[in-house]
Amino acid sequence: MSEAKKYNAPVTNPESAPFWEAAKAGEFMIKRCTTCGEAHYFPRAICPFCFSDKTVWEESSGEATVYTYSLMRKSPTGPYAIAYVTLKEGPSLQTNIVDCDLETVKIGQKVKVVWKPTDGAPLPFFTPA
Amino acid sequence: MTIKGKAYIAGIYEHPTRHAPDKSTAQLHAEVAKGAIEDAGLTKDDIDGYFCAGDAPGGLWPMVDYLGLNTKKLRHIDSTETGGCSYLIHLGHAAEAIAAGKCSVALVTLAGKPRTGPMPPRASGAEADFELAYGATTHNAYGMCAMRHMHDYGTTSEQLAWIKVAASHHAQYNPHAMLKEVVTVEDVLNSPMISDPLHRMDCCVVTDGGGAMIVTTPEIAKSLKKPLVRLIGHGEAAKGPRGGKDLDLTYSAGVWSGPRAFEEAGVTPKDIKYASIYDSFTITVLMQLEDLGFCKKGEGGKFVADGNLISGVGKLPFNTDGGGLCSNHPVNRGGMTKILEAVRQLRGEAHPKVQVKNCDLAIAHGTGGLLGVRHAASTCILERA
Repeated sequence: MSEAKKYNAPVTNPESAPFWEAAKAGEFMIKRCTTCGEAHYFPRAICPFCFSDKTVWEESSGEATVYTYSLMRKSPTGPYAIAYVTLKEGPSLQTNIVDCDLETVKIGQKVKVVWKPTDGAPLPFFTPA
Repeated sequence: MTIKGKAYIAGIYEHPTRHAPDKSTAQLHAEVAKGAIEDAGLTKDDIDGYFCAGDAPGGLWPMVDYLGLNTKKLRHIDSTETGGCSYLIHLGHAAEAIAAGKCSVALVTLAGKPRTGPMPPRASGAEADFELAYGATTHNAYGMCAMRHMHDYGTTSEQLAWIKVAASHHAQYNPHAMLKEVVTVEDVLNSPMISDPLHRMDCCVVTDGGGAMIVTTPEIAKSLKKPLVRLIGHGEAAKGPRGGKDLDLTYSAGVWSGPRAFEEAGVTPKDIKYASIYDSFTITVLMQLEDLGFCKKGEGGKFVADGNLISGVGKLPFNTDGGGLCSNHPVNRGGMTKILEAVRQLRGEAHPKVQVKNCDLAIAHGTGGLLGVRHAASTCILERA
């Protein structure tokens, strides 16, 4: 395991602030549109599918599967695994797979959300479930 | 309305440098502009349209001023910024402007020095807080595409390596190529893993330099001395994760830009004699060949193997200058050099060892941004007139 990496605090804005407030309580939020029923991530005020402004916050299970990944081996801060994971609720998102042997990451692997601290709100990462 | 046959590429210039610590970025823009204007047989005062992208220091107005373009005459300006494919989009937009009578001699420039000094950070959008921490770079964003392509279609590292092998066969004849050595599949597989599954030799070069072109009306082009090359089809498109729905990293926005260009041109992939395909990484080429319809989705691995992209050997000669993988990828933006080599092929000015016989129809295609994250794509179909 690598030493704790330092991450910059999210800047946040009025549109994303509720996400980061929930993050401080350990809740991983997504947005769902009540017009078309689709969930999306990262969260927007207006649904990126049907363009309705009737989007609501919803807590995700934080359970996901690895869609794809790449282990970056040449990095000044040490190797890391970037990935897209697909949430149980549907949306896929970019993240890092952390707190595991990075050589064992694979497509289809079950992962779950884990939070990493910053000077502000924590950031969501994923780790083998 | 169509741009088919409404605009000709009358002047081209690729800066011979690959490392320019002794020059400024603005100076490189001026040098490539001068080269393209002279290649066309025109003068700076003929320019009435100017196009540049994010690599131009200070953006469009400072470049217009620095170059000393004739501002009494300059009547069309465009700073469309779509990363490495900006110049392919500029070509399409220049044709639109010319067809609409908004300008008659357009200059497009690209230049910069990423090998000499660090590049400014990419501008980020609304996704910044939700993505920046995860360290997406070109290498791992394209690595994620390759990883999923291998998972879904059984594509192999050996097949990807053939793309680099083909580029290296061409680069040996380009005196300006940064990497002139012919490499083998084994050489690629034995090069260090950078970001799985991409090895060092799956990655393009980083070079200082640049390029420029002159786009003009049929009448002006015909009054000049160069062989006639015209744009007959153009497409542009953009793609991103769009809220994370139905994420599929195995295809690019080329699935939309390609058919638009082919439809306008009235030709099909099997008509193409030469292909300039953006090659930031080997996987970039493979995915785009599929997306453009040179083979079915998932069959790119088989298509590129066994030298099929080598001029004089395979069915689809590609990147006969050595491409970004071996020759030049100025400012980490390969769209301009893709156009320039396609024009050389259509003019019959490519190196004799790689010149495609009777090359009358070519494609130049590229992407900009990160294929695995957000990107644009543009396709240009060019014809010898």
